[in-house]
Amino acid sequence: MKFRSHTLDNGLEIVAECNDTAHSVGLGFFVRTGARDETDEVAGVSHFLEHMVFKGTPRRSADDVNREFDELGAHYNAFTSEENTVYYASVLPEYQEGVIDILADIMRPSLREEDFDMEKKVIIEEIQMYADQPPFGMDDKIKELHYGLHPLARSVLGTEFTVGELAVEQMRDYFESRYASDNLFVAAAGKVDFDALVKQVESRCGQWKPALTVRDLPPYHSHSSFQCVARPASTQQYVLQLADAPAAEDDRRFAAKLLATMFGDDSGSRLYWELVDPGIVESASTGHYEYQGAGMYFSWLSCAPKDAAENYSRMSELQGVAQQQGFTEQELHQAKSKVKARVVLGSERPRNRLFNVGGNWLQRREYRSVADDLKALEAVTINEIEQVLTDFPLTRHTTVTIGPLESWPT
Amino acid sequence: MTATTDKKLPHTIFSHRLANGMSLVGEPNNSVQSAAITLLVPCGYSADPVDRLGLASVLCDMVLRGAGSRDSRALINDLEVLGVERGESVGATQTSFSAATLADSLYEMLAIYSDIVRRPHLPGDQLDAGKSVCLQEIYSIDDEPSQRLMIELRRRTYPEPWGRSSHGSEAGIAAISSPQLTEHWSHYYRPNSAILGVAGNFEWEQLVDHVEELFGDWQVNDVPMIVEKQADMGAPHLEYDSNQCHIGIAYPSVPYRDPDYLRAWAAVGVLSGGMSSRLFTEVRERRGLCYTVSASLQTQLDRARVLCYAGTSEERAQETLDVTHAELLRLRDGVLPEELSRLKARIKSGLIMQQESTSSRSGSIAREWYHLGRVRTLVELGQLVDELTGPMINEYLESHPPRDFTFATLGPRPLELPREVS
Repeated sequence: MKFRSHTLDNGLEIVAECNDTAHSVGLGFFVRTGARDETDEVAGVSHFLEHMVFKGTPRRSADDVNREFDELGAHYNAFTSEENTVYYASVLPEYQEGVIDILADIMRPSLREEDFDMEKKVIIEEIQMYADQPPFGMDDKIKELHYGLHPLARSVLGTEFTVGELAVEQMRDYFESRYASDNLFVAAAGKVDFDALVKQVESRCGQWKPALTVRDLPPYHSHSSFQCVARPASTQQYVLQLADAPAAEDDRRFAAKLLATMFGDDSGSRLYWELVDPGIVESASTGHYEYQGAGMYFSWLSCAPKDAAENYSRMSELQGVAQQQGFTEQELHQAKSKVKARVVLGSERPRNRLFNVGGNWLQRREYRSVADDLKALEAVTINEIEQVLTDFPLTRHTTVTIGPLESWPT
Repeated sequence: MTATTDKKLPHTIFSHRLANGMSLVGEPNNSVQSAAITLLVPCGYSADPVDRLGLASVLCDMVLRGAGSRDSRALINDLEVLGVERGESVGATQTSFSAATLADSLYEMLAIYSDIVRRPHLPGDQLDAGKSVCLQEIYSIDDEPSQRLMIELRRRTYPEPWGRSSHGSEAGIAAISSPQLTEHWSHYYRPNSAILGVAGNFEWEQLVDHVEELFGDWQVNDVPMIVEKQADMGAPHLEYDSNQCHIGIAYPSVPYRDPDYLRAWAAVGVLSGGMSSRLFTEVRERRGLCYTVSASLQTQLDRARVLCYAGTSEERAQETLDVTHAELLRLRDGVLPEELSRLKARIKSGLIMQQESTSSRSGSIAREWYHLGRVRTLVELGQLVDELTGPMINEYLESHPPRDFTFATLGPRPLELPREVS
């Protein structure tokens, strides 16, 4: 494993973890843009733009893009989050240049109006699809309640209204500043020919212009509240919860991940033994998620409506106990074993390493090897766990519940 | 597949049959740090008594609630300390236990799994909890309309008991007693027809010794044959209060062991593999009718179906159904050479990438053994894909055109179903 990096004159960075024993190569364009970079007028544009990127360029029609990816046998896709948009493909090493040619080309899409109008229909179908499945839009709602007017509260999908109102010119303007050469980078992992990669990217992206785009990173003031939303058509009751946690640039994030594993992993955790194992919930879990300048514990509980209040108070009790008494060395040992094995097992696929290398570069402009992550996890002590509990209490949170319950039983 | 890539593929897959009929298949690969197992135990939902639907599913939950010298908590904790990533599922004829960990822990993990299938405690005082876990899964499907639709489509397209839901039924689960659970386990958790697939960093000879020791004295048991019958079809539409409509279409295909399987699979790949495939292009890209549309070939031992799904808003549902159905009919006209070459590229890169996951390899070799009684290496599979030609697929489509469709829809209103065209 070897880390290599290079920066083009226009600021476009190329980072790679080269592994000669791998069988495939994972390549991606990571764009530093997402819902948090939008304004009310263009809510949902990052995700809509991600779809439009596949709709063709001056050199390729939409059909050409899909066809050529498939001709290379590429396994490819894209996703948009609150703070980034990622286009990636896994291919056999001999197709490195072929796939870079397509990826680089589609990063300069035509954004044609007729494609825009057609794709708008697909986006609205996607919004409606998510609105009709758990948690029925409450993932957006809880961010709004917790983060208030902070940009992290913005919805990735937007709404039918905002997407419906969006004009192609607005998307073109947004594209100009956000897809500039200094606001995206190329990441690669697996059997990468790095010297060739630099040339391949240089020849295709060397002329792109920088825009000195900056992300607004205002401090946030989180809120704490409880809201019950009635949805009579549902069968189960769903409870979502957000609490503050260490952010992406915070070294305490490793302790937070282990803490979430001990408290709320989907197997072998305190929530598991108290609620999942006895079969009184369908699922109950807590995970740690990191963003620039903010981190969160996200908890989820789903169960029969009649049991919801009691299960919720059990979860709250467990949070109280953890907050008061902390965790044991044995629990920490178990969590470390589990998380470390996950890191190693996951690392065998270049595609997974791509997301890791790209993710670290997005968040911190740093490279971390598998060994670095294992070391950081191993080093976490029970005292650090206690410190994280003190700094980011599990007991202070925003909660939203949705389901057949008209109101929450007191 | 080129000569250079051939060298990258493990050439050897070993197999060993224990005296009690259990099969062990293994693909050693010393370039990885992990090892993974897939243990297929011949206890599927098809063997659930009609008044105890969900028995295999409850049993699958209960065998993990303590086994051998470990109680429920010690079992899960010890697996976690070993760093085991695990998953269980119940299929038509088998319960599948899959687990992966670092290679050093393979034998300790295997020993725990031999306890799980051979010496489970099946604690009576936890039966209610086990049943509740399975009931919760059933309730959660009520809120997942696409899943509900596909369960209904499978029920309609397969003869009983092959199209059952693996989750069982609320009444069936409620009726299960502790003695029934133990009896079902003692009949169906057995070595004859059990298959263990292992992939990753291990020595084959050593693995055989361990498996002989752990499973060699497992007692053989014979079970009655499954008798199939026509499912009660009922109406094709399920009412659902939503502005979304979910559409399912199924038609018969050939199972894995059929010599035509690869051709059938390739034809479905043209329909729904990659974003240049026909369904994605015609239904989503050209018409913007929906976000999700797909088709896949699902094979059981003796029967197979192509299952298609599309989900869309109610006002565009009829057009989505009509366009999807028209694409299935158009497949009868055959596939184009360029469609086949794209498909081959995807399949071949998929085969090479598959070995980057020991979990996926252990599952593949165990299932291949189940269907064929032998396992082909990735090199052999690559050659078979190379040999595939357009005329071969078109010949297949001529003799097996998509027809005898089964429909199911779920949404606010029924749709007009296409009449069969022959």
